[in-house]
Amino acid sequence: MAELNHPGIDPAMAKRNKRVAMSGLLLAASMVGLAYVSVPLYNIFCQVTGFGGTPGKATDNPKGIIDREMTVRFDSNVANDLAWTVKAAPHITDKIGAVDTVNYVATNNSDKPITGMAIFNVSPERAGVYFNKIECFCFTEQTLQPGETVDMPIVFFVDPELDDNQELDTIKEITLSYTFYASDNEGS
Amino acid sequence: MADTTAHLEAHATGHDAASHHEPTGWRRWVYSTNHKDIGVMYLIFAIVAGILGGLLSGVMRMELQEPGIQIFHGLAAMVYGVDGDAALDAGKHMYNVFTTAHALIMVFFVVMPATMGGFANYFAPLMIGAPDTAFPRINNIAFWLLPPAFILLLMSLFFEGTGPGALGFGGGWTIYPPLSTTGHPGPAMDFAILSLHVAGVSSILGAINLITTIFNMRAPGMTLHKMPLFAWSVLVTAFLLLLALPVLAGAITMLLTDRNFGTAFFKPAEGGDPILFQHLFWFFGHPEVYIMILPGFGIISHIVSTFSRKPIFGYMAMAYAMVAIGFVGFVVWAHHMYTTGLSLDVQRYFVAATMVIAVPTGVKIFSWIATMWGGSITFKSPMLWAIGFIFLFTVGGVTGVVLANAGADRALHDTYYVVAHFHYVLSLGAVFSIFAGWYYWYPKMFGWLYNETLAKLHFWVMFVGVNLIFFPQHFLGLAGMPRRYIDYPDAFGFFNRISSIGYYITFVAMLIFFYATWEASRKKRPAGDNPWGEGATTLEWTLSSPPPFHQFTTLPRIESTNAH
Repeated sequence: MAELNHPGIDPAMAKRNKRVAMSGLLLAASMVGLAYVSVPLYNIFCQVTGFGGTPGKATDNPKGIIDREMTVRFDSNVANDLAWTVKAAPHITDKIGAVDTVNYVATNNSDKPITGMAIFNVSPERAGVYFNKIECFCFTEQTLQPGETVDMPIVFFVDPELDDNQELDTIKEITLSYTFYASDNEGS
Repeated sequence: MADTTAHLEAHATGHDAASHHEPTGWRRWVYSTNHKDIGVMYLIFAIVAGILGGLLSGVMRMELQEPGIQIFHGLAAMVYGVDGDAALDAGKHMYNVFTTAHALIMVFFVVMPATMGGFANYFAPLMIGAPDTAFPRINNIAFWLLPPAFILLLMSLFFEGTGPGALGFGGGWTIYPPLSTTGHPGPAMDFAILSLHVAGVSSILGAINLITTIFNMRAPGMTLHKMPLFAWSVLVTAFLLLLALPVLAGAITMLLTDRNFGTAFFKPAEGGDPILFQHLFWFFGHPEVYIMILPGFGIISHIVSTFSRKPIFGYMAMAYAMVAIGFVGFVVWAHHMYTTGLSLDVQRYFVAATMVIAVPTGVKIFSWIATMWGGSITFKSPMLWAIGFIFLFTVGGVTGVVLANAGADRALHDTYYVVAHFHYVLSLGAVFSIFAGWYYWYPKMFGWLYNETLAKLHFWVMFVGVNLIFFPQHFLGLAGMPRRYIDYPDAFGFFNRISSIGYYITFVAMLIFFYATWEASRKKRPAGDNPWGEGATTLEWTLSSPPPFHQFTTLPRIESTNAH
């Protein structure tokens, strides 16, 4: 890189220049690295904190039921390239902490088997961390035969610790939203 | 700043210049490794790109002059050869393409090349007493990467965007997915991404070169704390470039692979998150706005000091205010994302951190005013531009503090209030600082004096014009007019018409600018080494105008102890 220096430059200076330039280059390269590292970090961050309404997974509810009611609404969206109809479960009102089961109903409208997948989100986002699913179709891919209709169960509970969060004092409803995508393009 | 009345045995005299091989003709420019020639090329490039970016906004202002769609369906019919409803749809898309191209051109191909390319290259080495930049060949590469980047961006306008018959990328300069991924399946977006890649590499190389120059090549005796404020501003800006641009490069590379190679960084269907792109983009995007304005801060400091015949008030505070702005600029990015569902605590943090930036910015504004206080002020044209800058930037800064509040931003997000805000700090702030620098250094760079009356006329016409364009847009935003739409309800008609009239006045101002520049180059009134008198104390004024091809063959020695 010395030849990139000014001609006739003092060699000591050329060396110093090279060192600064290399540090600069390293800094820039590490910032590109940081941009990529942010992808897994961001996912971990969302799961740990429920940031952006990422709901949690659990196996059971160890914290009991408290005397505050919460309505949970359900919502479904289907991507354009997925020939399914998905009917969301009706809303349900129960004590916070109670484990409930609801069913989404999905139908394959095409004449081919289609594999779909759902992603999910909770609104208000702040409540995401308190929304725990024990069982959910969204954890795996689903394949529906032509014309087939299936029930897709969700077993969930709302963490009683929600009651301690002042930001959620006024919240009486939580919405769980699913968006269904085709996981391959066979059916589209 | 260093007191350079200390004797300078530094002038490169005739025999020095003659003894070096001086390339001539096209070789002098294309092969150039001379920081001054490269600086001039950057400035010319910025002017050319600025004409195009300015004309794009002109077509938009003509369209918005009246409610309804007047211009773009006809334009689309002409360019794409479609008619009827198809022309209307294509016209709407074309309007979005124009706003996107206007923004990308102005940010990456006008303001950045003018400040960090042109003025920084030309004057940072002169001010620190260096013979050239540290890596003249990297300097050459950095400049010559820009025209291909610009051509790539222009090519993107002529490739398929959203679908057949809708050319160009119309998703805004923020290029949010999914509009920039599944929303624009055509190759237009890929061209735009590659253009940003190339422009980014150019800026990073330029930044490394300037950092090395400023760290290692200051004249003997010029410590960092004696260094002129413009060199300080360039140093801080170069670091911002080095830290921010690679993040953009990473984010748009993810976009590119999401679009073409099946990755899923931002595809929710496969576990990605489009909001992550917004975080990455604004982690770059917010420092980027300081990249555009900081060199202007440096330029304004010198002009205010020169024409007040006083050293700048609070030199150390001024230098470290820029460092503070640069530093805090990296931890406020999500104030662009209040409406994406951040928790209240996160919003509280970003509101507070954003407001903090007003403190060092205030230090700068008040120090400029304190520099003028009690000074022997002459209102030459550069000083007019500088005072205009201070006024306009303060207006834009105040609306920025308003927008920093998450609560207020709920109502104002993506309205014309935001458009007015960022045009006050950029299109008026940064651009006024560029014109201030142009009129301040024109005699130095070209060796001629411009016509002072024309320069003042340019200022006054442009000052009236840009304020007419953008001040009414505050009212439009407060009334709820959203940005990025080709049409609007009749109720918004009045202020839109005023705004468009402002554009025509600004257009006249630009004609005056080109005429004044042409006139100065025709009349060739010699400028002399220092046309500004005793107030101009930095090293570039000790050289001839224009400076010799190679300067400071004997390094100047900064001897004064009570600097600045």
